[in-house]
Amino acid sequence: MPAVKIVGLTKVFKSGVRRKRTVALDNLNLEVKEGEILGYLGPNGAGKTTTFKILMGLLRPTKGDAWLLGKNIKDISSREEVGFLPEQPYFYDYLTAWELLDLYGQFYNLSKRKRRTRVRELLELVGLQDAATIQLRKFSRGMLQRVGVAQALINDPKLILLDEPLSALDPIGRKQIRDIILRLKSEGKTVIYSSHILSDVEAICDRVAILSQGRLLGVGQLSELLGTGEQLMEINIEGLDEEGKAEIKQLALENIVERGARIIVNVSTEEMAQKVLEIIVQHGAKLISLIPRMESLEDIFLKRLKTGIEGRESRDES
Amino acid sequence: MKVRALVLNTFKEAIRDKVFYTLLLFAVLVIIVSVLLGGLSLGVNEKIIKDIGLAAISLFGVLTAVLVGISLVYKEIDRRTIYTIISKPVHRYEFLLSKYLGLCLTLLLNVTAMTMFLFIVIWFQGYSLSLVLLKAILLIFCELMLVTAIALLFSTFTSSTLSAVFTLAIYIIGHLTTDLKEIEQASRGWLSRYITNFCYYVLPNFNNFNIRAEVVHGVDISGVYLLGVITYCIFYTAIVLFISILSFQRREFD
Repeated sequence: MPAVKIVGLTKVFKSGVRRKRTVALDNLNLEVKEGEILGYLGPNGAGKTTTFKILMGLLRPTKGDAWLLGKNIKDISSREEVGFLPEQPYFYDYLTAWELLDLYGQFYNLSKRKRRTRVRELLELVGLQDAATIQLRKFSRGMLQRVGVAQALINDPKLILLDEPLSALDPIGRKQIRDIILRLKSEGKTVIYSSHILSDVEAICDRVAILSQGRLLGVGQLSELLGTGEQLMEINIEGLDEEGKAEIKQLALENIVERGARIIVNVSTEEMAQKVLEIIVQHGAKLISLIPRMESLEDIFLKRLKTGIEGRESRDES
Repeated sequence: MKVRALVLNTFKEAIRDKVFYTLLLFAVLVIIVSVLLGGLSLGVNEKIIKDIGLAAISLFGVLTAVLVGISLVYKEIDRRTIYTIISKPVHRYEFLLSKYLGLCLTLLLNVTAMTMFLFIVIWFQGYSLSLVLLKAILLIFCELMLVTAIALLFSTFTSSTLSAVFTLAIYIIGHLTTDLKEIEQASRGWLSRYITNFCYYVLPNFNNFNIRAEVVHGVDISGVYLLGVITYCIFYTAIVLFISILSFQRREFD
């Protein structure tokens, strides 16, 4: 049984007097295996948060259906064994971290004794044991994020959905959360988390689902989905006149950066590099450096978002 | 356990609201002023204190119900604290009813505090504490429970400002039911008759809860009347809460 099964999920928002339609999710089909960590990637507005909100009952789908651990999302008991961290979580700021987790523990009918043990364990897990009695209004954004992760685990869930869990965290905090996610996996739990940080996703996810403009572009290993990057050459030029700059721009290179008197261009072929060098010589400019480099993961990701991920099935083949 | 936890949490949040204490303070001030006003008139001291005292409890109770009640639900949705609750195995009706009961508990504290102060003032002035005074306060509390339910209904689907405006409008119209009937009989146009009839029959008649005149003139009210008004309150409140639950069930949190 898949931990999460999504079939034909569509969400259309209608807003304004003229009821303008915005398609936030378009026929999403996805299955997540039990025990895996799935990274849910996509730019802002891709539909990641909308997906989580539909699964957790905050929004109703326009079409389609979904199941969490075999239970339909319309059934409230589907959330009994699921933990959820919304994006930029907000809590009752007059409560302390301890009081908040204790309150949430009561939503799962945990006994007082069990709550006490569980809250203590979770505060230690997220590194907030020393801040247990401080009111949440005095917490930093990073501390609130950690409380958010803790409340998502209060019921010892089998499935955990985390919407941007690493945002607002410093590198130490991010490592702590990544370690928590890996620990959850080692306990046989399923984790789905969304992120903009590709390196974080690449480091710990078993698979990645890439979403763009409400559509699933592909699911699989990140390296397989994105393919290998191109070999680029970064050319650093100084003192190029306006005519020379115009000729450079006419080459229709994707990446031209001007920094004061300097221009940095990236070319992907030797032929193009040769043309740039000829322009430098013709206009009496100075070549500062010519450095070969590989496309970064982010560069590849952004390029693929524009061109699509070809040859990949959008439906999971498991 | 969930409902109890949410009720207590709502209560804790409400009594932290500065508006709650501000309105309580104003009610106390008005009662003090009534003592001073009573001192200016011969022989009507007791009547003035009881009349103004009950009016203060009613008015400031209603303002607390509307302002604190609406802000609580609106804040939950606006600040998104509701996300981590609704996404748990908590039915939406459990959440809403818990909010309502938490607010009623808050109003109970509010009314109790104002009543104790009024009683102290009356006793200090050497006047009698009659049973009908207690009955009047009980009916005021019933009125507040109904107003709270109406405020909650509006806050499930509209902004806090509009919720407050609509709730207070219904409260005011609900006190003008006798006039509504007269307006309807005097109206010529079918639309105005329809609207006034609608308001007369559909909106709650808040005059039922007002027995200040009886209290002031030392006239007791029967147990039958008391039971009747309480039943009326329960019936109306149940309908309003039911509609609130239906409205909240449909609400999306985007």
